[in-house]
Amino acid sequence: MAEPLLAVEGLVKRFGGLVATDHLSLDVREGELHALIGPNGAGKTTFIAQLMGELRPSEGAIRLSGVEIGRLGTAARVRMGLGRTFQIVQLLPDETALDNVALAVQVRHGHSFRFWRAARRDASLRDPARDYLAMAGLAARADVPVSALSHGEQKQLELAVALAGEPRLLLLDEPMAGLGPSESRQMQDLLAGLKGRIGMLLVEHDMETVFALADRISVLVHGRVIASGDAAAIQASPEVRVAYLGEGDV
Amino acid sequence: MDRSALQRGALGVDLRPGRALWLVAPVVLAALPFVADALGDASITTLATRIVILCIAAASLNLALGYGGMVSFGHAAFLGVGGYTVGMLYSHFVAGAPFLGFVPGTDQMLLTLPAAMIASGLAAAAIGALSLRTGGVQFIMITLAFAQMLFFLFVSLKAYGGDDGMIVRRRNALPFLDTRNDTTFYFVCLVLAAAWLGLLSRIVGSRFGLVLGGIRQSERRMAALGVPIYRYKLAAFVISGMGTGLAGALLGNFSRFVSPDMMHWTQSGELMIMVILGGVGTLMGPVLGAAALIGLETVLAGWTEHWQVVMGPLLVLIVLYLPRGLGSLVSRKAGGRHG
Ligand SMILES: Nc1ncnc2c1ncn2[C@@H]1O[C@H](COP(=O)(O)OP(=O)(O)OP(=O)(O)O)[C@@H](O)[C@H]1O
Ligand SMILES: [Mg+2]
Repeated sequence: MAEPLLAVEGLVKRFGGLVATDHLSLDVREGELHALIGPNGAGKTTFIAQLMGELRPSEGAIRLSGVEIGRLGTAARVRMGLGRTFQIVQLLPDETALDNVALAVQVRHGHSFRFWRAARRDASLRDPARDYLAMAGLAARADVPVSALSHGEQKQLELAVALAGEPRLLLLDEPMAGLGPSESRQMQDLLAGLKGRIGMLLVEHDMETVFALADRISVLVHGRVIASGDAAAIQASPEVRVAYLGEGDV
Repeated sequence: MDRSALQRGALGVDLRPGRALWLVAPVVLAALPFVADALGDASITTLATRIVILCIAAASLNLALGYGGMVSFGHAAFLGVGGYTVGMLYSHFVAGAPFLGFVPGTDQMLLTLPAAMIASGLAAAAIGALSLRTGGVQFIMITLAFAQMLFFLFVSLKAYGGDDGMIVRRRNALPFLDTRNDTTFYFVCLVLAAAWLGLLSRIVGSRFGLVLGGIRQSERRMAALGVPIYRYKLAAFVISGMGTGLAGALLGNFSRFVSPDMMHWTQSGELMIMVILGGVGTLMGPVLGAAALIGLETVLAGWTEHWQVVMGPLLVLIVLYLPRGLGSLVSRKAGGRHG
């Protein structure tokens, strides 16, 4: 069988006495949407931070298309095709929506040690940026400063910025959190459209979305994967019901 | 009639204060030494020269502080390194003995200014490389500590005057120009300041400038985009240090004297006040801040020897009532980061 896009083996992260990631193994295939669910504090965000190289794991291996990336810095991983969105939005508040995406396009184009030409009027950055904004449903809000966007729009912008990096593997940390019903549906359609083209690891609390979108689901509790499989298998799993879906006492 | 039409006068000239300033300022600056001569008060030209030189330093600090979010409390170190480059090259020139046995001394400004920028750039690279591993208050304290270390190093360098500093008997020479003439020297500084500010304005709007602004606003975001943060901060810090070194070299020429006081922490503080007073992260802010601070100092010192007692509260009031600096009086956009 071909190498999976992402393969994680025996990943451990300790914060002092707390084991936030506990011998976690998981893979994401090319074009697959793999959902990672689990209660608050299960270690989902910590896991994403380790995949991106923002946190150093205590043990374990991370491979992207068979290449070990566990020792690389974030910039090198991004160059190899990793991208992420943040649970708590991380945008440039003084800039417009378009500026945020254009900067992501600029970074993908190579180093920015260019000191002379005006970058804010560079069509080779602005035009593709408009396309990503449109893709995320923000075409009409291009020139609005981030601070004036609604929470839902900021979440959409997070996605547009991440897409502008043209990742092969996109790590999504609760993209639906705080969205209204119609925004949520829009986001779900968008992710559905990306399936098959890029691999995605989707961390999400909204079960309806997860069951509708995911090819596979893994359940994380106390840093450990307690179950993994398709939607039907997860819904049927007694451990998951007890530990997570809160139906143990029924 | 719409707003933009209202802002145009009868000749269709844009009358907003910000634009008007761009038109008037060059004329005023060019006429200044001749007006001073006509009034018979040469101290006006001297004062203006000092302001112009410190504009270069304040604008340079602003690249690190305002655009890059690196709150350096040690920029006087680069001012001093620039000044001492001029002083040391001059003393070796006079003595005829090369510096370190192989760098010949010189009194040629076309050599001393680039040398000062290289020396201060190297100092900024060394200090930045270590300081930028930290952030926040730690960064402020570490840059302060490095600047004080350099201060005490030069105090102990008896060969170069120790804490008495050293006199540069004659200003550095330029081909075809007489730099000993105060009006000529004023114009030399003015042209260099305009060129440096022009360069900074290009940098701020370039790809590099956008990445730098992004780092100030969210390091996590920029890192996740794949930006090696440290390298960009260090590059900006070095450019900032080079500009401050240029100002130091001009200051050494201007007063024909350099001393460790140029590196004292109070000098770092004064540069910071200029930036904050004028408007952090704006192009013209530091210029206004330098002019306002030095102008106020001069006027108040003429009034009373206890001028600092008046200056302190005055600064507090300005910062309280104009949190985005003096620049916000002149132009609506000056308060923003787009310069
Ligand atoms: N830097 C840190 N130092 C110490 N403990 C940490 C650190 N970061 C996270 N933790 C702990 O690790 C555990 C996992 O946190 P994490 O944020 O990954 O959970 P999560 O699954 O993303 O939760 P949520 O659904 O609330 O977002 C928590 O107990 C948290 O307190
Ligand atoms: Mg989380």
